Amino acid sequence: MHEYSIVEGVMDGVIPLARQNGASRVSVIRLRIGTMTDIVREALDFAWDVVCDERGPIVQGCRLEIEPVEPHFVCMACGHEYDADRLHPRCPVCGSGQTLLTKGRELEIASFDIETPETSDDES
Amino acid sequence: MAETIQMGTPILAKNDRLADELRTRFAQDGTFVVNLLSSPGSGKTSTILATMRGLADRFRIGVIEGDIASDVDALRVKEAGAAAVQINTGGLCHLESAMIARAWDAIGDKGLDLAIIENVGNLVCTVDFDLGETLRVMILSVPEGDDKPLKYPGIFQSSQVILVNKIDTLPAFDFDRARFRDEISQLNPNARIFEVSAKTGEGMDAWCDYLAQRIQEHKAHASAARS
Repeated sequence: MHEYSIVEGVMDGVIPLARQNGASRVSVIRLRIGTMTDIVREALDFAWDVVCDERGPIVQGCRLEIEPVEPHFVCMACGHEYDADRLHPRCPVCGSGQTLLTKGRELEIASFDIETPETSDDES
Repeated sequence: MAETIQMGTPILAKNDRLADELRTRFAQDGTFVVNLLSSPGSGKTSTILATMRGLADRFRIGVIEGDIASDVDALRVKEAGAAAVQINTGGLCHLESAMIARAWDAIGDKGLDLAIIENVGNLVCTVDFDLGETLRVMILSVPEGDDKPLKYPGIFQSSQVILVNKIDTLPAFDFDRARFRDEISQLNPNARIFEVSAKTGEGMDAWCDYLAQRIQEHKAHASAARS
């Protein structure tokens, strides 16, 4: 259940920036998560609801959107670039194991939407 | 009307930043740091004790013990003569850099050549948290089975060294060594594999010699960087 720490990390990143931008509420947060990480969606959703409640009105009811990122490799031996599932990272062309993972381990906050007091329908 | 704020920031930015600070501190203190990962019951503490026995005449060693509760592991290590600090995570399933920073303050003795961080027993949650370590080592014990790399690829892919512990129990289990090595050669071809038994001492010399060499190289590199 490290998803709880992940959600805390998201809130630590988003909330101060939302306040700086004059937000009364954050309505949606978008994450970019590589499939090479071991994040479980159900556990993330559970932690999300708990942490959003704890952090107060600014993120209460905030939606979570996830963009998955599939693994992408570059072969250090022959230069071939390829997508592969996480269990078969070897280069499909030359068979080398000397490969560089260039995508697939992302744990990123991509963006978030805010409501500001001037624009919000509900200022409470 | 809603406004979209673009970020593109790592979620664990705070942990990553603290891990980088730790790496700098470890380098200044001249300490080689191992982050030791495994499932519960694979023999992390026994392996640390056996490693200490193999290296105690050559290096000064400290241990940071991470557990959800209790200090039984730290006591075992202290009894064996090493500086030890216990971190109780209070339910958290992994260690984070902020905890290591506090433990490093508490350990006091900064003349250590080697510090081993015994992470919380967990094959999943520990993987994404950089602790500023020099080397990431994992243990898989024979009774856990040779198919673990397929079920938990993340930890096997993020570790530079894999210790196959309890190798003395091979006759009692259906652990296929060739299949295990084949899986690792697919998942993480650069990983070093050592078959060991912390209990009988089998294979421990090869692992300790490898670690000793890495520590010496690290020291040589650090002193070259300072001069």
